[in-house]
This record gives sequence, C-alpha cells and structure tokens, in this order.
Amino acid sequence: MTTLAALEGMDRLSSGDVLVAQNVAFAIMAITMVASALRMVTTRNVVHAALYLVIVLAGVAGIFILLGAEFLGVTQIMVYIGAIVVLFLFGIMLTKGSFGDDDGVTGERRLMAGLVGLLVFGVMAAALVESFADAEISRSAPSTTADVADSIFSTYIIPFEAISVLLLAALIGAIVVARKD
Amino acid sequence: MTNLLLATVSADAGLPLGITEGGSWLLRNVWLIPFLPALSFVGILTFGKRMPRGGSELGIAAVGIAFVLALLTGAAWVDHRDNSHDQEVHVAVVAVDDAGHGEESGEAHGGGHPSLAVQRTATWFQAGGMEFSVGTLVDGLAVMMLVVVTLVSLLVHVYSTDYVHGDRRYTHFFAFLSLFSASMLLLVVSENTLQLLCAWELVGVCSFVLIGHWWEEKPNSDAALKAFLTNRVGDMGLLVGVTVLFFAAGSALPGRFGSFSIAETNALASSGMLSHTALLVASCGLMAAVMSKSGQFFLHTWLPDAMAGPTPVSALIHAATMVVAGVFMIARMYGVFFEGFQIGGSSINLMAFIGGLTTIVGACLAFVQRDIKKVLAYSTISQLGYMVMALGVGAWTAAVFHLFTHAFFKACLFLGSGSVAHAVHSFDMKSDMGGLRKHMPHTYRTFMIGTIALAGLPPLAGFWSKDEILVGTGGWGLLGGTGGNGAYTLMLGMGMLTAALTAAYMTRCVYLTFFGEFRGHGEPHESGPRIIVPLWILAGLAIVAGFLNLPTGFQLAPGSLQERFGHYVEPVAGYFPAISHATPSWSLAIVSTLVVIGGIAASGYYYFVKLEVASKAAGTSLTELADGPTTRYPLAAMGYKLLDNRYYLDHLYNGVIADGTKGPLARLANRINQQVIDRTVNVVGETAVKAGTVVYDKIDQLVVDGAVNASGRASSGMGEELRKVNSGKVQSYAAILFAAATVLAGLLIVIV
Amino acid sequence: MLLNQFLLLSAVLFAIGVYGVLARRNGVLLLMSIELILNAVNINLVAFGAFQATVGGEVFALFVIAVAAAEVGVGLAMVLLLYRSSRTIDLTTVDRLRG
Repeated sequence: MTTLAALEGMDRLSSGDVLVAQNVAFAIMAITMVASALRMVTTRNVVHAALYLVIVLAGVAGIFILLGAEFLGVTQIMVYIGAIVVLFLFGIMLTKGSFGDDDGVTGERRLMAGLVGLLVFGVMAAALVESFADAEISRSAPSTTADVADSIFSTYIIPFEAISVLLLAALIGAIVVARKD
Repeated sequence: MTNLLLATVSADAGLPLGITEGGSWLLRNVWLIPFLPALSFVGILTFGKRMPRGGSELGIAAVGIAFVLALLTGAAWVDHRDNSHDQEVHVAVVAVDDAGHGEESGEAHGGGHPSLAVQRTATWFQAGGMEFSVGTLVDGLAVMMLVVVTLVSLLVHVYSTDYVHGDRRYTHFFAFLSLFSASMLLLVVSENTLQLLCAWELVGVCSFVLIGHWWEEKPNSDAALKAFLTNRVGDMGLLVGVTVLFFAAGSALPGRFGSFSIAETNALASSGMLSHTALLVASCGLMAAVMSKSGQFFLHTWLPDAMAGPTPVSALIHAATMVVAGVFMIARMYGVFFEGFQIGGSSINLMAFIGGLTTIVGACLAFVQRDIKKVLAYSTISQLGYMVMALGVGAWTAAVFHLFTHAFFKACLFLGSGSVAHAVHSFDMKSDMGGLRKHMPHTYRTFMIGTIALAGLPPLAGFWSKDEILVGTGGWGLLGGTGGNGAYTLMLGMGMLTAALTAAYMTRCVYLTFFGEFRGHGEPHESGPRIIVPLWILAGLAIVAGFLNLPTGFQLAPGSLQERFGHYVEPVAGYFPAISHATPSWSLAIVSTLVVIGGIAASGYYYFVKLEVASKAAGTSLTELADGPTTRYPLAAMGYKLLDNRYYLDHLYNGVIADGTKGPLARLANRINQQVIDRTVNVVGETAVKAGTVVYDKIDQLVVDGAVNASGRASSGMGEELRKVNSGKVQSYAAILFAAATVLAGLLIVIV
Repeated sequence: MLLNQFLLLSAVLFAIGVYGVLARRNGVLLLMSIELILNAVNINLVAFGAFQATVGGEVFALFVIAVAAAEVGVGLAMVLLLYRSSRTIDLTTVDRLRG
C-alpha cells in the first residue's frame, strides 16, 4: 500500500460515483481487445494477424478517449492504424507473407513462451493489485489539445527535439539498411 | 661533547685522581693527532694509486702535521705542568676503614707542583646500564710518546719513499704505515683500558699486514702469522687483566659495575682500595700481554722472524714504537703493577725477573746471528728487557727515559741496516758484507753513533738511561747511590752483564759489516739523501737526547737543566703510586762504563785483532776463527748449539704444543665430520627422497591431479550443457531476458 | 473507474505481447507483437496521467507512439534485408550466433 500512501498527497479529484456507462464501455472494449490480441498471437494467417492488430489498436484509441486523452486517441488512430499497420502490410507483401500458414511454432516453445507470459502477468498483477487497490480515476474534463501543446513545447521541449532527431535518424537508417545497391 | 663519567664530588670528599678536565686547547684536542693519520689511511686507500707519488704524499703530510701538533702539544704540556691551576677531579669511593692508606695528590712525591693530566671523554655507547666511553688522557708520558712516535714515523715515511720505491704494493704499504701510526697514537692517548685494548689489537693487525708485505713468499706470511698468533696468546692475558681490573674497581666505586678508566683504576690501586689478589691476578694477566707484545722471554720468538718485513717496518714497529707498547702499558697502569707485584720494598718480583732474564737471553742470542737485522732484533728484545726490568724495580722514569732514547738509536741502527741492505741487496753479514765503511761513509758513521749509544758509552744517550736503570735497582750501596724502591741486587747483576754483552755483540756486528774486506758481489754505493738524512737526524738525537735527563748532582750542568725529562714526564698525581727515586752514584757510572769498555775490548780482541791476523794469513776475508772457543771447549760448543737453535723454544711451540694438540684434534674432527655429520646429512637426504616419492605418487598424482582433472571435466561438461543456451535464436534469448527481468521486478517489489 | 482496471488491462495486453514476441516465427509478426507491448505501455501511461490529472501521461504516450513508429520503420527494413539475403524470415533459422 505504499504507493497508495504516496499518492495521498497528490491532487486527486474526488468522486464517489460509479459511472456505469463508462464502465460498460470499458468492459466491452477491454474484452474485444483481449480477444483480438489473443487471436493475433495465435493465428497462422499473417494478414489476419495484422487485421486483429488493427482491432486492438482501435480499442486502445477508445481507451484513450475514455480516459480523456482525446488528442492522443485521434493521434493513435492516425499514426498507428493509418501508418504503422500499413507499413506492416507492406512488409508482409514484400516478404511474400511467407508462411502465411506457418506450421506453427513447436509446442515446446509455446509452452515456454506461455509460461514466461504468465509469469510476467502474474508478477505485474500482484504488484498492481497490492499497490493500487482502490484508487479511482476521478471524472474530470478531458485534456485539451492546447494543454498538450503547451506541455510539449514548454516542459517537454527537449524530448520533443530528441524525438525529431530520432525520427530523422530512423528514416535515414531505414533507407540505408534496406536499399539495394 | 664531553661527558663527565666520573661522579665528580667536592674536593674534600672522594678520592683525588690527579686529572683535570680543563687545560689548553691543544691538550684537550689531542685526539686530532691520531685522527690525521687515520684520515690519510682512508685517503691513501681511496686515492693513493692515482696520486703522482703513489699516496706517500698523503702519509707524509699527515704524519708531518701530526708531528708538529705533537711538538706543540708538548710545549703546551710543559706549560700546563708548571702553571696549571685547573680544578682537579675527585671520584666518590666506598668508605675505607684505615684512612690515608695511600698518598694524596697535592703532596708531592718528588716535591713540587702536582701534575694534572688532562682528561677528556665522550660516550661511545651504552649497554646493560653501563656507559662506555672513549677519550684521551694526556700527561707527560703520553706527550712524550706522541712526539717519539710521530717523529720516528715521519722519518720512516721519508726513508720508505726511497727504500720501498718501485715495490709491487707501494701504496698499500703507505696506507698501512698511516694506519699503524694512527693506532699507535690512539693507544698512547687512550683514556680507558677498553680503548687501549682496541688500539692494541689494531697495532697487532697492522704489524701482521706490514710484516707480511711480501706475502707471496711463504716465509714472510709464516712470519706474519707467527707474530699475530704469538701476540694473541698474550692478548688473552690482556683481556683477563682488563676484566679483573674492571670488576675490582667496581667493588670500590659505589653504585657502578666497574670502571675501565685508567686514572680511576690506578688511583684506586695506589690508595690501597683494591684487593691485593685482584691486583696480582690483573698484573699477571697484563704481564702476559707485555711478554708477547714487547718480546719478553718466552713469548719473544716472533720478533726475530718479524724481520721478514721491510726494514722501515722493522725500524718503526719492531724497534721504536709497537714493541714498546707493552712497556708503555706498564708505565700507564703503574699504580696497578706497583701494588700488584709489591714492587716497593722487595728484592725480586715477577716483572723484574722476567725483564732481567730477557735482557740476558736476548743479548746471548744476538751473538750467533748471521743476519744483521736479527742481531738488531735480539738487541731490541734485550733492551726491552731492560725497560721491563727497570719498571719492575720501581725505576719508572729510568724505564721511560730508556724507551725514549732507545727509540732513537735503535731506529737509527735499523735504518742503517736497511741502507746497507739496499746497497748489497742482502742481509747476511757473513757472506755479503764487510769493509763497507769505505763504500758507505754516512751509513757507517751513523751506525757507529747508534752502536755507541746502544752500548752505553758516555756522553751518548744510552749511557744516561742505562745508568739510571742500574741505579734504580737499588742494589748498589757503595759510596752513596741508594734509596731505590727495593734491593734488587740480582737485577743489578743482570743489567751489568747485559751491558757487557751488548757492547760485545754490537762490536761483532760492526766488524762483520763495516770492517775487513768486502765479501759480497757487485759494487755497493752510498744510499740517497732520503735515506741518509733520516739517519743523521736520528743519530743526532741519539747523541743529545741523553742530556734531557741529567741526574741531580751532576755538577757539570746548570741546575735548571737537571732532570727535565723526569720532571715533565713523571706524574705527580693521585693515579701514580708513591715511588721513591734512587740517588745517582758516580761510582756506579764509572763501573758500568768500565764494564762496557771491557765488553768492547773482549769482542774487539777476537775480531779486530785475531781475525784480522787470520784473514791476512788466509788471504780472504774471514768471518770467524777456525779454532775459536767453540771448537776448543765442548761446553762452549753446546752453548753455541743451544743459542743457534734459539733455546729450542720454536721446537717447543711448533713441534710439541701445536702439533700435539693439532694431531688428535684433527683426527677427532675428521671422525666427527665423516661419521656424524656426513651420515646425518645422507640420512636426511635419503629420507627426503623417500618422502618426496610418496608425496609424488600418492598425493600429487592421485589427489592433486585428480582434483585438477575433475575440475577440468566438470568445467567442460558444464560448458557443453550451457552451450546449448546459445542457440542463436533471438527469441530464446528474449525469453530468458523477460523471465529474468520479471523475476527481478518481483523481487524488487517484494523487498522494496 | 478504478485505476486498477486499466492497469490490469495493460498488464494483460503486455503479457500477451510477450507471449507473441517469444512464440512467433515470422519476423513481421514479432514486430507486431512488439507493437502490442508498446500499446499496453501507452494505456498504462495515460491511465496514470488521468489519475494524477496531469497532461504529462498523454505527452509521454505521444512520444512513445513516435518512437514506436521509428522502430517499426527500422525493424521492417531489417526484416526486408534478412529476406533479401536468405529468402526467408523464419526466425528459427536465424542462428548464426549459435555458440
């Protein structure tokens, strides 16, 4: 409970209402996302996996909006679904989707992976439950793009610039790595 | 840095020692005089070979400056002796029942101002609750010795530059001449017996080195060893004596273990505070040392053999300075000897007897020598016997004065013999010399002056000193001339006989060397100035030195010149016993002169008359008569044989004593070595080998190698297994990564 | 809404992503699983940002998206390179680092 105690001093918006609509929305999205994710990592069809990814990403965007991060939600859709998944599809096409129906991984490996995954989840869940048992996210006005922009260009200006450089580097790097010469 | 080691007490309590800590700068810093030759020793060893004259410049410079300093110190002493008003030192002693057992200083023994010796000490080291000091004790005796030693050493240095010229170890020779001078000078100014002992040993070492200068020839190294080992025998006595005196002094000084201080020991002995037994034992021990160092009978055998060294060495060490170290020591420690041997009031004691015996023995042996240096060596033994005998009868000043004059004329004689040898390249009188007075006039004249001085004809120096000894025996009662310390009539007889013998054998020596026809090879010629000048200086001193101690009542001299030597040299102090002085006697002087002339006449008759006649008859230069006394009288022949074999003493020492102990000891040592030691070593070796084999087989091969091999196999096995982790597959790496990170995170959460 | 529900959702997605990374043979599918992980992280960040009523969570998530984009670009370039050199993107065959 230590983390909880630490959060006591922080500014928390108090709310005792159970917001049924939001919880229902969350539940639907959560189930959809988890199911899609599970399917994504088990399907043999590569393209199907990409499409399941799209569903997961959309769900994530919805979660963002639920949490009041509207700008981020839209950005998620635009960047992730609009660009990154397309990139994936290009990649699949260029590599001939190879074993679209791969004969799957060996059972041994799946077991090991599953165990590790379970281990990861177990540790995290235990930690989370113990730490944030009854913390509530209070209802508040969603953040505006102006807030986000203010924050980026004042407090987080340096990471912003660093990200720019990173993107440039990645761009050039990708071209260099993949060019035919 | 002066340390008053004596517990100074006020003048009316405690024993007066007759020494003082004050005095002029020269008297207090007399340590400079031995220090300079010591410096030159080091300097010559370090730089000598590179110097243009091979280091002799350093040696001569050092000894020269030391001589000048010694003369100045002498002048300072003369002034101090007459005019000093310094504070006298007293030492606290345990209470005695009968007070006034001895004399106090301030009341003159011979009248007049007390002489205060100047003492200066510094702490050397501390051990066992005792402080050991080094220091100087300067009185008339020390000053006289300083002058004599530096003068003779300087003349010998100059002489050696010619005599040893071109020698294979020229620089080394001068280095050790310097070291010897330094040691001898240190010996004469020593303040305590420990320092004296060290210097004593050091002069012995220098003697060894210098005698064996040409050690490539075995007889020379044998002679050096003989000298050193014979001295060693006597030095045991010195050690015993010093130790006994140390503890004896300690019993009389409250709160101290003992005392090495010469002044203290002598003062305590003179006042009767030391036990007589201790004094007797100490005197006997010290006497043994004197017997070996000063060539007294029966430890004299090394001295003639020591003539194997170069002649300057013989002149310096075995005539003038080192051999008189024993005499000097008796003179220094006279308080001990006077009480120990009860010299006052007896008619015979050990010291006087040995001294007298030595004079006769030495003189007899000098008759049968072919080698000129050996004649002089036995003569030295005989004269040393004179000095010891004089000390034994209580004639202290006479003995020291004889030491003083003897140094000059004996050195003159030795250097003269060296000059002769330099010319004819041999020391054998009978086969290689003769008639040299025509070829070597300067050497002849100085040798004659030395001979006359030695024989003791007036007015040369030897007469005065020898006469004083004879008077001092106290055995002459005719026509006045009495009042010695005892009635040593036997010693008087011995002294007279020896005077005759001395004259006789020196006449023989002079005849065989300088008269007759030349029997050798080649053309002898006179030596160079560096040899002649020292000879003449010494001869001059041999003439005039006697006048320093003219006896009282000698009307021909002004009163102020009488007994100058005695006045300045003999101590009048707490550390010197109350000895009485004999009155000189005209009759004794005349009789002794007649005895000497008789000796010369007898020998002269044999040689100058009969031998000359026989030589002319035979046509060649003869050295002995074919029908002399030894062929006519069997007793004389036996006597001759005895003398020729040196009383069979060498046979006794080498053949009987040395071989007798050597043989069985050697066999025993061999047996121990072979049976015991070698066997032990072999057994240890075999055991080690067996142990090693076992260790190798069992432990090394099985255990150690097994462990090593096993660890190797384990390693490689584990490696084989772990190798499989490196599958090269990224995902398995990733799996491990994730798992490990998660576990760590879990741990972090749980702990933190 | 409880914070925990978002965090647990994020944890589930993360775990599934981990499974995907470890279990997939196809290189492209592996990259997709990585995307899943990154999105789970994003949810986490934004949830905490909302919990603390700060806009920092959102901004951070924005940056993560940017980084993810860069990473995918480079990653796919590498997969293409792999495909070009060995005609397959089966990760089980890529074991040149095998010890």
